[in-house]
Amino acid sequence: MVEFLRFRDDVPHEEPAVTLDAFLGQTNATAVRLESDEDARKLLPQLGQLALIEIAFPKFRDGRGYSAARILREAGYEGELRAAGDVLVDQIPLMRRCGFDSFVPEAAIDPAALERALGRYDDVYQKAADGRSPVWALRHG
Amino acid sequence: MYKYDQYDQAIVDARVEEFRDQVQRRLAGEISEDQFKPLRLMNGLYLQLHAYMLRVAIPYGTLDSRQMRMLAHIARKYDKDYGHFTTRQNLQYNWIKLEDAADILADLASVEMHAIQTSGNCIRNISSDQFAGAAADEVTDPRPWAELLRQWSTFHPEFSYLPRKFKIAVIAAEEDRAAVKLHDIGLQIHRNDAGELGFRVFVGGGMGRTPMVAPVIREFLPTADFVSYMEACLRVYNRYGRRDNIYKARIKILVHEIGAEEYARQVEEEWAHVKTLGLDPPAGEFERIAAHFAPPAFEGGLSDDLDRTDPDFALWLDQNVKAHKQPGYAIVNISLKPVSGIPGDASSAQIDLMADLAERYSFDELRVTHAQNIVLPHVKKADLYTIWQQLEANGLATPNLDLISDIIACPGLDYCSLANARSIPVAQKIADRFAGLDRQRDLGELKLKISGCINACGHHHAGHIGILGVDRKGTENYQLLLGGSGAEDASLGRITGPGFDEDGVVDAIERTVEKYRELRTEGERFLDTYRRVGMDPFKEAIYG
Ligand code: HEM
Ligand code: SF4
Repeated sequence: MVEFLRFRDDVPHEEPAVTLDAFLGQTNATAVRLESDEDARKLLPQLGQLALIEIAFPKFRDGRGYSAARILREAGYEGELRAAGDVLVDQIPLMRRCGFDSFVPEAAIDPAALERALGRYDDVYQKAADGRSPVWALRHG
Repeated sequence: MYKYDQYDQAIVDARVEEFRDQVQRRLAGEISEDQFKPLRLMNGLYLQLHAYMLRVAIPYGTLDSRQMRMLAHIARKYDKDYGHFTTRQNLQYNWIKLEDAADILADLASVEMHAIQTSGNCIRNISSDQFAGAAADEVTDPRPWAELLRQWSTFHPEFSYLPRKFKIAVIAAEEDRAAVKLHDIGLQIHRNDAGELGFRVFVGGGMGRTPMVAPVIREFLPTADFVSYMEACLRVYNRYGRRDNIYKARIKILVHEIGAEEYARQVEEEWAHVKTLGLDPPAGEFERIAAHFAPPAFEGGLSDDLDRTDPDFALWLDQNVKAHKQPGYAIVNISLKPVSGIPGDASSAQIDLMADLAERYSFDELRVTHAQNIVLPHVKKADLYTIWQQLEANGLATPNLDLISDIIACPGLDYCSLANARSIPVAQKIADRFAGLDRQRDLGELKLKISGCINACGHHHAGHIGILGVDRKGTENYQLLLGGSGAEDASLGRITGPGFDEDGVVDAIERTVEKYRELRTEGERFLDTYRRVGMDPFKEAIYG
């Protein structure tokens, strides 16, 4: 069972994440944590200085973080994007598509189940933040 | 009709295996019921009072005979030999075992069907006009757009954990046969002054405990911007829809609280950004899909004459058969509302028979309607008599389309764990009371809709006459509503006053319609009379 998953090759970022308020109030932090009701767009002016953005999932039903992640990726953020909290195996493939590349699930995850979930679909129907070509592009490639 | 290519098939097949895996993890105790629930819901598996219910998607209500026969096969093999056609043009099985669910999905996948996103807080099966491709009043066939939406919304990575379920309907006619204004998003395809096709976008309709008729947020959305604009609509909702209270989580509450104009402004702002991401499929993809919906090879030069000498046939013709855009053809409505029946239920044998008729006489196509009936969309007039005889012999020729006994009813307390009251027996009592066809026909178009609780699955808010089951000090009680409509003149019904017991509500309906007969002017439907005279005369007749 794994408690931390990371789909990046660079060195993990060590600095603790600060709250959004703290981040907006100070200029030099490089890691921030967004609660699910906080507006990801507030980070856009200072995206360049960030190496880690952690997005909270207080309940797996709370899907706001999926939009937050895409907004950050669409704005060009390339640092680590972490989903933390009530993150379940069956959600990780969707989260990956939205741009998350690291995970700190509350309950440890069975790596075999995760591997099955991640490899399940060869193709996807829509463009998202993971660069995969949707089937409409493959059909008209 | 749309046919899967290798991509569509691979995705649906992978889904079956994914669900098999999820069920196995649940049965092995690796995941809790709480964690399993959203997973099974996204596959249409609900826990009802007595068993699991499986809801099968029938995208935009269109299916062919092979698919219809598979529905019969599943009913026979895994359920109690019948299925229930729903107000969202889907089909439900009421007695499913969890252990069988993945096998059922595999059977469905073998005929290009699935149960994906038929429940859960995601974008649900897209509904549409049951007369699409056959109606004279449509500007185009809306279903290719619905199919485009089906693909876009399937496993959408951002919109699978919305605040609440999300229902979209698409039509392309002035007459609204799909209740678009009572959907989270309703889309009406129309032409602008330049003759181009685009969408009128309604957002924030819905039923439930806070019913609302959707306002228009965009009068004309060009087709090239369709997908990116939907993406923007959903993103604003996903970010700002309420999550603190399940009863306030539907998009209608967001649109109501911030106002349609402000919601539209936020969508436009989001869309200005989203449009730059290249999310809209190329025109060629739409054309590929649309080619599947090309009109069938209608014969030209057919006569419109009909032999009406059999009076029962003539009655059915006048009530259940509608005009087709092609001369010599007609649209056949098969009523699933026989007297004493359960609205929307059909036996496996009946489902098979309807499949046979579609294959032989309707270019292999069937439709499910939101009024829980079935349609054979493209029938030669010359075949109508033969079809009627076969329907008649199988209890499927009740000539009551849009009459008082053509009732929409939710499953209610007979099946549903949320119910306050039974719906089905009330529907049966009303149908019995008004069984005389002359009387029904004299009353004319009268849409009666029954829900067993405030969730409004039976569309009671949109009934010309609506019935709502409530719990009154532990006994089943029924409120009566008048004046709703789910059509282009959408409106919400108003409660008449204190509720009734089961027989009392049937009596109250009788007094209501008798009052209507007294007040109506030539050609006036019940709804028109109600709108002209208001609630008071009816109230007086009911409570006296
Ligand atoms: C196990 C059985 C069912 C359960 C637990 C259930 C639950 C619900 C709930 C909770 C709502 C209210 C949603 C809201 O306001 O946010 C609702 C609405 C609705 N349901 Fe069901 N339902 C069931 C069966 C059905 C069936 C059989 C149909 C079709 C015949 C159906 C069609 C609808 C429709 C059309 C709505 C109204 C949509 C709207 O609020 O805009 N449901 N259902
Ligand atoms: S309206 Fe209520 S009783 Fe009827 S099916 Fe929906 S939740 Fe159940």
